[in-house]
Amino acid sequence: MVDALYNWFDNRLNISTGGRKIVNKIFPDHWSFMIGEIALYSFVVLLATGVFLSLYFVPSTATVVYNGPYTPLHGQVVSEAYASTINLSFSVRTGLLMRQMHHWAANIFLGAIVVHMCRIFFTGGFRRPREMNWIIGVNLLILSIFNGFLGYSLPDDLVSGTGIRIALSILESLPLVGSYLAVFLFGGKFPGTSLIPRFFLLHVLILPAVIALLIGMHLGLLVRQKHTQFRGGGATEHNVVGAPMWPTFMAKTQGFLFLVAGVTAILGAAVQINPIWLYGPYVPYHVTYAVQPDWYMGWLDGALRVMPSWETVWGPAVGGHMIPNAFWPAIVLPGITFTVLMMWPFIEARLTGDRVDHQLLDRPRDRPKRTALGVSVLSFYFVLFGASATDVLANYLDVSLNIVLVAFRVLVIAVPLVMYPLALKICKEIQDTPGAVKPKRHNIVVRSAEGGFEAVPSAGRPGDEKVELEPVSLDYAPVLEPAMAAAGGDGHGSVQVSAGTTAAAQAAMAAAASIAARGAAGKGGAGSGDGASGDGAGGDGDGAGGDGRKRGIFRIPRNYR
Amino acid sequence: MTQPGSSHGSGDGPPPIETVGYDAPQFQVAAAHPRRMEKAVAIAFLAALAGAAGFGAAFWVNADNFWLGATLGVTFVGLGAGFVAWGKYLMPRGPFSESRHSLVPSEEHKEQFVDEFASRGKVAIERRGFLLKIAGAGTAVFGIVAMFPLIRSLGPLPKKFFFSSYWYRGAYLVTPYGTRLQVSSMKPGGMATVFPPTDIGGPFSQTMLVRQGTADITTAPGRETWSPQGYMAFSKVCTHAGCPVGLYQQVTRQLLCPCHQSLFDVGPGRAAVPVFGPAPRPLPQLPLYVDSRGYLRAQKGYDEPVGPGFWERGNSNG
Repeated sequence: MVDALYNWFDNRLNISTGGRKIVNKIFPDHWSFMIGEIALYSFVVLLATGVFLSLYFVPSTATVVYNGPYTPLHGQVVSEAYASTINLSFSVRTGLLMRQMHHWAANIFLGAIVVHMCRIFFTGGFRRPREMNWIIGVNLLILSIFNGFLGYSLPDDLVSGTGIRIALSILESLPLVGSYLAVFLFGGKFPGTSLIPRFFLLHVLILPAVIALLIGMHLGLLVRQKHTQFRGGGATEHNVVGAPMWPTFMAKTQGFLFLVAGVTAILGAAVQINPIWLYGPYVPYHVTYAVQPDWYMGWLDGALRVMPSWETVWGPAVGGHMIPNAFWPAIVLPGITFTVLMMWPFIEARLTGDRVDHQLLDRPRDRPKRTALGVSVLSFYFVLFGASATDVLANYLDVSLNIVLVAFRVLVIAVPLVMYPLALKICKEIQDTPGAVKPKRHNIVVRSAEGGFEAVPSAGRPGDEKVELEPVSLDYAPVLEPAMAAAGGDGHGSVQVSAGTTAAAQAAMAAAASIAARGAAGKGGAGSGDGASGDGAGGDGDGAGGDGRKRGIFRIPRNYR
Repeated sequence: MTQPGSSHGSGDGPPPIETVGYDAPQFQVAAAHPRRMEKAVAIAFLAALAGAAGFGAAFWVNADNFWLGATLGVTFVGLGAGFVAWGKYLMPRGPFSESRHSLVPSEEHKEQFVDEFASRGKVAIERRGFLLKIAGAGTAVFGIVAMFPLIRSLGPLPKKFFFSSYWYRGAYLVTPYGTRLQVSSMKPGGMATVFPPTDIGGPFSQTMLVRQGTADITTAPGRETWSPQGYMAFSKVCTHAGCPVGLYQQVTRQLLCPCHQSLFDVGPGRAAVPVFGPAPRPLPQLPLYVDSRGYLRAQKGYDEPVGPGFWERGNSNG
């Protein structure tokens, strides 16, 4: 039945030829490649939980008198957006869980994007030919920050409402068009009635669609250009070494989707996030202590706080214009940040004169200047992030607010200046250390008969020495005939067009791996595999198998039963 | 099990699981004891099964958020751990390699493509360049015109929007609940948020009323009559980013904005001057008077735009 279905589609779409490339795509095996997957799978969690939430959320600022199960709010006049968020949290089964998972997933999504970006930056993964994917990634970051902000603004609670008021001021601060954009966005007077519906539309439809499209392009380019990889283990500029898409990577990545969802669910269960019923509804003249945005906006909030109180005014005599204070930290700073980020592959190519293709990644220490620059710039944003908590820190440390703020104004300049030479020095030290990152062995101090002492390295333990296996070639002709014959005794010399190939490939892969695992003996086997792999590419083998036996793709080859 | 090509033990049995072969110690353990790893994976999947059943039960009895999330989490983590371990320890892992080819096309291919593209293009387009120009002009005009419904329709023009004060001559000072304030309403040291009667709760008209003593106060030259009997009123919209300047420190006589910690001095002779933080300008002051019946009222509206700066603001005084 499955075979028949497969054949039906295959005979109309030729799934086999392309499918073979897909199942044989090689994924390098390095933990740092997993960070992007976290981002991808948090996006999946966001979509799933978001669809659930949109069933119950009412994007309206029309006011209602709250009379739901949360008694402290009884009788309060609140917006429908706020009331429906409370309602879906308290009255809809699993509603609170879905809401908290959604919020957590958003925070994880952005965290994973940022860490993923750091990984790409510090290992030079953005270099030619992957500049396009870097730019797409930066755009994903920007859009996700926007969408995160829109999302937590929707419940119309006091904290997010204050955030929207600040966003209005930032928009207003744009030279020339600021007041127009501010009024257009809000559809008139702040806060108005257009805001929540507009934010809702942007949040659930437009931005997710663009983000999904960009993620598709991100992955499409990844497949087209293949993965980068670290040196070692047989990796070169002309191959990709790792585990195949099917079944190994599929199993692991599928597992990873579940793990991300599971961690999100546990966070949603155990760690409260954004309890809007405690904040209360947004009232323009109310405000609360410790108004902090979600973490990914923290650096902007911090920048707003540490910015000195400058404002540029040209009086009526010279046109009567003003560049407001918020323009510098909230428009210029992110503008520069994201422009430089997007342009970085080209900036670095200009600085280094390095314009050739790179498939092998750098270790951060091997590019001390880039690493030091990255560390320095990152530390700048870290300090800004810390500065978004000046009030909380002053409270917590029991010092005056002034001291905390002045300290941050100094630190935001000083820390990056210190971090650059520090990181540079550390990189160079590691470079110069022989045997760095190899497992250390104990030294045994031995006393000689004369009374002298000597340190003797202890004997190695199993696992100290990492044997690097030679990779087995999988160049779209993964049928290793001798190995196949050995494994299952199946037909000889048959690269079957559709069915047999993948099953055979699986057997061959296992067999080849067994060969490789046996070290010296494996070399011979791998060699014979290479020989066999040559011309079968394209999959147009020479007809049916020798013994004419039919084998289905979903049938497990005999040696696997 | 030493030679590739020799049969695997009993011939038709599964190939030994050490065929996933890898060098690191943890893989050696898994390869040497595949049954253990199978058991571990099975336990993970069973945990997921139990978790899923638990989630169903928790949903059925309408359990707490914690139990819903915990069971769902166990389900997902069990599935995840099982799949990852299965893939990591019990599946062919290699290392395998595939070759990578440069994506830079050969000169020949480039030339062929450019030839076909450009030569046909020449015939079809360049020869009738005027058509292209007209088409381009049409599209461009449409692109510009399309901006009108897309952007212009979003809202009204700002006009004097950010300049308007909502306060006016003779406006009573009214609390959010609609009560008119009198001189006797507040003791020295008190504070309240007030609005004009026509815009109660308004985000731009909100005003901070504080009382310091009972004597008239002059906050700045020219404002001798603005603060009768110790009452002073300042716009509650921060000049930095527009948050409500909601905290009044009675002892230091300072107003604090809790968003970005701008501090405004409202002590004697100080007209809400920013003394700390990012706020660049004093809070605008609302001139007050006490009418014959003892009500607090505004002498006039604010004489400058309230709140944070904007491009056109350089035109206003203050």
